[in-house]
Amino acid sequence: MIADVAAAVVQVLVVGLGAPLLVGALRTLKARLVGRRGPRLWQPYADLRKLLGKEVVVSTTTSWVFRATPYVLVATMLVTALIVPVTVARPPLAFAGNIILLVYLFMLGTFFLALAGLDAGSAFGGMGSSREVAIAALAEPTVIVAVFALALRADTIDLGRIVERFGREPWLAANPAHLLAFAAFFIVMLAETGRLPVDNPATHLELTMIHEAMVLEYSGRYLALVEWAGAMKLFLFMALLANLFVPWGLTGAVGPGPMLVGLLALAGKLAVLVCAVAVLETTVAKLRLFRVPELLAGSFALAFLSLMAVILVR
Amino acid sequence: MDRLAYGLAALVGLAATALGGYGLAGGVGAIRLAWLVPLGGLELTLDPLGGFFLALIGFTAMPASIYAMGSSPGERRDRFAYLVFVLSMCLVPLAANTMTFAITWELMSLASYFLVLHDRESKASIHAGWVYAVMTHAGLACLLAGMLLLGAWTGSPRFEDWRAAAPALSGTARNAAFALLALGFAGKAGVIPLHVWLPLAHPAAPSHVSALMSGVMIKLGVYGLLRVSLDWLGVGPAWWGVAILVAGAASSVIGVLYALVEHDLKRLLAFHSIENIGIILLGLGSAVLYHGAGLSAPALLGLAAALYHTINHAAFKALLFLGAGAVVHATATRNMEEMGGLIKRMPWTAACFLVGSAAIAALPPLNGFVSEWLTFVVLFQSRHLDAVGLNLVFILGIASLALTGGLAMACFVKAFGITFLALPRSDAAARAHEAPVTMRLAMVALAAACVALGLGPTLVIPALGAVAASVLGTAPPATVGDWLTLRVSGGYASLSTLAIAVALAVSLLVPLVALPLMRASRRTRDYETWGCGRIVQTARMEYTATAFAYPFKRVFDFFYRPTKHLDIEFHPESRFFVERIEYENPARSIFDDWLYRPALDVLRAGARAARTLQSGSANLYLAYILAALLLMLVLA
Repeated sequence: MIADVAAAVVQVLVVGLGAPLLVGALRTLKARLVGRRGPRLWQPYADLRKLLGKEVVVSTTTSWVFRATPYVLVATMLVTALIVPVTVARPPLAFAGNIILLVYLFMLGTFFLALAGLDAGSAFGGMGSSREVAIAALAEPTVIVAVFALALRADTIDLGRIVERFGREPWLAANPAHLLAFAAFFIVMLAETGRLPVDNPATHLELTMIHEAMVLEYSGRYLALVEWAGAMKLFLFMALLANLFVPWGLTGAVGPGPMLVGLLALAGKLAVLVCAVAVLETTVAKLRLFRVPELLAGSFALAFLSLMAVILVR
Repeated sequence: MDRLAYGLAALVGLAATALGGYGLAGGVGAIRLAWLVPLGGLELTLDPLGGFFLALIGFTAMPASIYAMGSSPGERRDRFAYLVFVLSMCLVPLAANTMTFAITWELMSLASYFLVLHDRESKASIHAGWVYAVMTHAGLACLLAGMLLLGAWTGSPRFEDWRAAAPALSGTARNAAFALLALGFAGKAGVIPLHVWLPLAHPAAPSHVSALMSGVMIKLGVYGLLRVSLDWLGVGPAWWGVAILVAGAASSVIGVLYALVEHDLKRLLAFHSIENIGIILLGLGSAVLYHGAGLSAPALLGLAAALYHTINHAAFKALLFLGAGAVVHATATRNMEEMGGLIKRMPWTAACFLVGSAAIAALPPLNGFVSEWLTFVVLFQSRHLDAVGLNLVFILGIASLALTGGLAMACFVKAFGITFLALPRSDAAARAHEAPVTMRLAMVALAAACVALGLGPTLVIPALGAVAASVLGTAPPATVGDWLTLRVSGGYASLSTLAIAVALAVSLLVPLVALPLMRASRRTRDYETWGCGRIVQTARMEYTATAFAYPFKRVFDFFYRPTKHLDIEFHPESRFFVERIEYENPARSIFDDWLYRPALDVLRAGARAARTLQSGSANLYLAYILAALLLMLVLA
């Protein structure tokens, strides 16, 4: 019991504190790749700190939905942090659900954020909401089908047991079905967390923004919470991708030693993923909005192929 | 007077819930009045499955009737039709022979027909009533044909005897009976492509009736499908399950796609009923397939998932229809583009509608999530099947359920966001008022039911498992999990919505506690929405429902095949000044264009050809009679 609580606290701290660092690393690396010096690695923390000190401007058009959304968003990410295997294979809340719960928890956050985007009554917010939910809806089948492919091979949809199974028998991962599912999941990760080529997190033109347009009305501590939640979402998606497909270094045991090993392994895997995303983001341009569904359809095709490979080979 | 009638209906609901609960708990009972009507007489029996549906009807009829007390009083005829509607619905799941079933089923259809037609002045309502009457009677014809054939083959009109005799029938006979009965019931359930009446009829009825029609009446179609595919005819060939599963997949995705581009609030909800029937059929179809393959545990789970979603849909759809009714009552329009800002004028209705929206969008920890989660797990059990073809069907089901979940979330962001948030888009919306207390009471009760059904799957699932076991004739599943966690299929998956709810509540406190600790600024300034420096913000600058749905229209244009119509009137002096713009971008229904229109054309051509027989000459008619007589004699 106490070990579980300790594990819960550690997981939340790792995700909550690590998320801005991940964003900072990504930004710095991207800047270096295009020959700029870029901000410091710790800049996102400073940004959050600055935002917390600022006054909040709330539109008189908005309702309680707008003010509650940042809290709901942070809460969904914190609960997700208790389910995703970050430093242990079987986090404390893993029994409460599995990958399906995870998908719908992310949807809960998106639902409220999209409502908040509509709440201020500005055209930008509505535009962002409409596009964000469209992408989220089209990405969902890929996640579920890709995960089903994994679940078939591990004989469970319990995240912890999938991780343990692939950790115990690493050769299972060296399989075309596994790679296809990984590719599908990677594309969905880019779409869900608003990275290039789906959405540009650094854009300043309202008409091309998706996520940023939706949160345009937020300021001060609310914006800090929304940004923090966004960083946590990126962290969680990347950690899920890393630990689900490459679960080495992660064990079922709860304790200081194994968790430290898990954390170090995660740091290594995330470093590789950050490099991949940074290289990708500096080499591709943003897709036109109505080309994004084609990308997502492609990711679904990959997930479907992966599942077919599992079923036919079985 | 109207309070009395609706109070009576609520009491009927209470009695139905109690009797249904007794049946659910294993109680049985039967009434037989053989002298009352011919062909087997009136016969009612109570079994667990019938009890489940009876309780469901009662459970939904109570809030709907209480709500009706507060909404505008209907005419006397409407109140009478409502009472008959509720009573006849209660009798349908108890009917035990063909005659009783036909009477109660037709009473239910006729009573609802009169309720759909309650606004006799409006053309739309007359059209809706007409389509409903035609479709429901085409369905009845299929049902009667199937039942009479089965009666002739098994030698009894009683359902009890079918159970014993049907498995011995030839394969063709059983297939024919299944096809006829399933078509009739699928029509009532609103399964694609037999759904055309549903988006017309449900919005035309008063809202408490819409709630009952969507929440319960179409479920009786599911009830019938369940009886046909698992109970009356015994274990069937695999194509029965495949047909139900594919129909479920198609209904769920197509229903939500139509809902996305629909801006009439009640029609949008009606399309979502089609979607949710599809989700129920995904569970039912898998149960039929697993049952046929001899896998009893997944079959039980599939049936339990279907029944769970049946209750859940009744709860949140009734809630949403009642909420929509309150909004329509307050703004006198069903068009979402003329609403907005209602959350400030109708806080109770808005909060209840938000709960319903989150539940239907399957957001944890509410009830829609629990049953969709169960349905996913059930579909995942296809790992036990070896046939690659069947596995493909299940993958289709999984992918469509996932797509449906995402699209439903998007659709309810639109439904709630455009209706309740931002600035009012019309004067009527700006002058809206909160619903009276009885209406609010009904909505709050249903919202509470959504939350309770979401948090308590560990209590609900064993009861549903017992019902499912009685239908499938197997031992009830061993209780799994504890009060906190639901474990299904031997630890394959586990769920604890209670733990999620507690974790969410605790996590909500984290920023509330952490922000003061980090000495965050508490200053808040109320100001207008940022708008690139324009002078005033008006509702015309808001995003509309049409604009919100546009990305979906673009992505799925192969399905919507929208037609675009743009009409601009310029100022006579200069083309730079526009006087009037008319823009229309309606989606066309492929079912109207490719299925019903050609079918109706053929019917009309046939009728025209038959008209040549009708010359009006009495001599010719006498000749027809003679010819018919001769033909009969020859054939005899």
